[in-house]
Amino acid sequence: MAEHALVLENVRKVYTSGEDQVVALDHASLTVDRGEMVALLGPSGSGKTTLLSIAGGLLTPTEGTVRVGDEEITTYDQKQLTRFRGRRIGFVFQAVNLVPFLNAKENLLVVADMAGRMDAEAKQRADTLLEELGLGHRRKNLPEQLSGGERQRVAIGRALMNQPDLVLFDEPTSALDTKLGEQVMELIETEVKGRGVAAVLVTHDTRMTKYADRTVQIVDGRLDGAVPTPA
Amino acid sequence: MRLALKELLRKPGRFTVVGGALTFLVLLLLFLGGLLDGLYLNSTGAIRSVDADAIVFSEDARQSFLRSDIDPDTRATVEGVDGVGEVGGLGLTLLGVEIPGETDIADGAIAGYELPSGNLPAPPPPGQAYADRKLEDLGLSVGETVLVGPARVPLEVIGWVEDTNYLGQNGIWVEPGTWREVQNANRPDAFVAEGTFQALVVRFADGVSDPGGLRLEIDGATGTTESLSEADAVLAIPGITEQDSTFTAIIGTTVLVVGIVVALFFALLTLERAGLYAALKAFGASNRSLVSGLILQAVLVAAGALVLGGILTFLLAQVIPPVVPVQFEPSRAASLAVLVVLTAVLGGLVSLRRIIRIDPASAIGTGV
Repeated sequence: MAEHALVLENVRKVYTSGEDQVVALDHASLTVDRGEMVALLGPSGSGKTTLLSIAGGLLTPTEGTVRVGDEEITTYDQKQLTRFRGRRIGFVFQAVNLVPFLNAKENLLVVADMAGRMDAEAKQRADTLLEELGLGHRRKNLPEQLSGGERQRVAIGRALMNQPDLVLFDEPTSALDTKLGEQVMELIETEVKGRGVAAVLVTHDTRMTKYADRTVQIVDGRLDGAVPTPA
Repeated sequence: MRLALKELLRKPGRFTVVGGALTFLVLLLLFLGGLLDGLYLNSTGAIRSVDADAIVFSEDARQSFLRSDIDPDTRATVEGVDGVGEVGGLGLTLLGVEIPGETDIADGAIAGYELPSGNLPAPPPPGQAYADRKLEDLGLSVGETVLVGPARVPLEVIGWVEDTNYLGQNGIWVEPGTWREVQNANRPDAFVAEGTFQALVVRFADGVSDPGGLRLEIDGATGTTESLSEADAVLAIPGITEQDSTFTAIIGTTVLVVGIVVALFFALLTLERAGLYAALKAFGASNRSLVSGLILQAVLVAAGALVLGGILTFLLAQVIPPVVPVQFEPSRAASLAVLVVLTAVLGGLVSLRRIIRIDPASAIGTGV
């Protein structure tokens, strides 16, 4: 088993728009160990989303290499990346994006289904995760019947469902008030650490970085190294 | 696929509009198909009933029974052609028919014939007739005597035959002498001499390998006839080809509308689902699984519309008056069902490109 959950080496991403070229990531290097949670802090347009997308196999870099666990994904084609994401990456999106006509448990099982892992074990795992997330009694509720915090917890359960190596959080508390946001962050910390899963957390809310082991600042596509994590 | 099925089961309301539109389009298609079949069968039953390998008209008749005239000498020549098996005369006269106890005059096609077939028994005795069962809907019963034409020639109906109408007129089948009596009494201007028919029904002997060639031989031998296959004789009935092409064009247009409705609906649904599809792709859903789910939904919506449309058509059929020549054939319903489902698949596939182009990366950084 590889020591590092995520290794980005000299990753560069350039978007071309007509004759213009926009450098979204400029020789960014980042290593995240197993069980480590890294907060990625930066203003809008700094390249956070691009970095997260490349780390999760949603985008391919223009230059550099990306390794998740023992898998080098830089040269993967779209089909390979799709399979890779299903097996090894968990996502929690800012918009939550639960499937509106599936109940809480089914929203967890949908990712197992996508990865071809829909079996009794997956159903058991979904039940266990929902219990751990305090949603055991809500497993049959549709997203519209859940509160904002509960929906976010379902999304966290969904991200952990396929036992990924790496979970990527995109502004997970932006739609929540401070108290609820802190509760969700505590839950993320517990779940990620408890499982030894690596996590990258994109946020622009400095209050949430205290839950991370490390905070990395990104400005104009450049990673500026570690910044002090609030106590 | 599981996801698509669950959406259909749990959010059926979302598919109500497209399902409702398709249901009425299916009703329209089935009704148009029924009308086409009804008109076709109601116009061609007499010719399809005689089981002919060749129907022989006089050459100058331009393939019309009313203009055709085959005398006994010509018939003898046809009978003498090598390969010809059975020859029987056939005459058709279109006249009004008075049914006892009914005030309306029914349309009748009085057919004089000689050869029994799979659909026709041996000719009845003089003065008696087999009537097409459609006349039962107009009030006729077996054992009653109808009066034919302005001359009111009486014919006693002794039994029913099925699917024997000609040009939408109800078939009344009699032996040749009775037909001539009816024709000459009502149409003295088109007097038919003894032994003369309008056309001949010819059945070839066993082992004839080139029916088309034999028909040409018959015409060559007589020098005064034009022989058609049964299928060509059907197509020569006035209006049949035009009717068929008109209805086929209307049905084709309706099927096109089915495709457009499905395509538009699922294109809009795909736009609405773009965020969800992006997230599912991020979780590892393949384009194939998303497109398969959408096609499954299109097929199931079309199948549901076929069932509902079929039920509505059945109910409609119960209240359609017998004068409307609509006939629902299982083969037509099956072919339309296949066409609707295939069109729904094609309509669903219109969204293929849009689904493929949804970028999973768009699931990130979107707060809406």
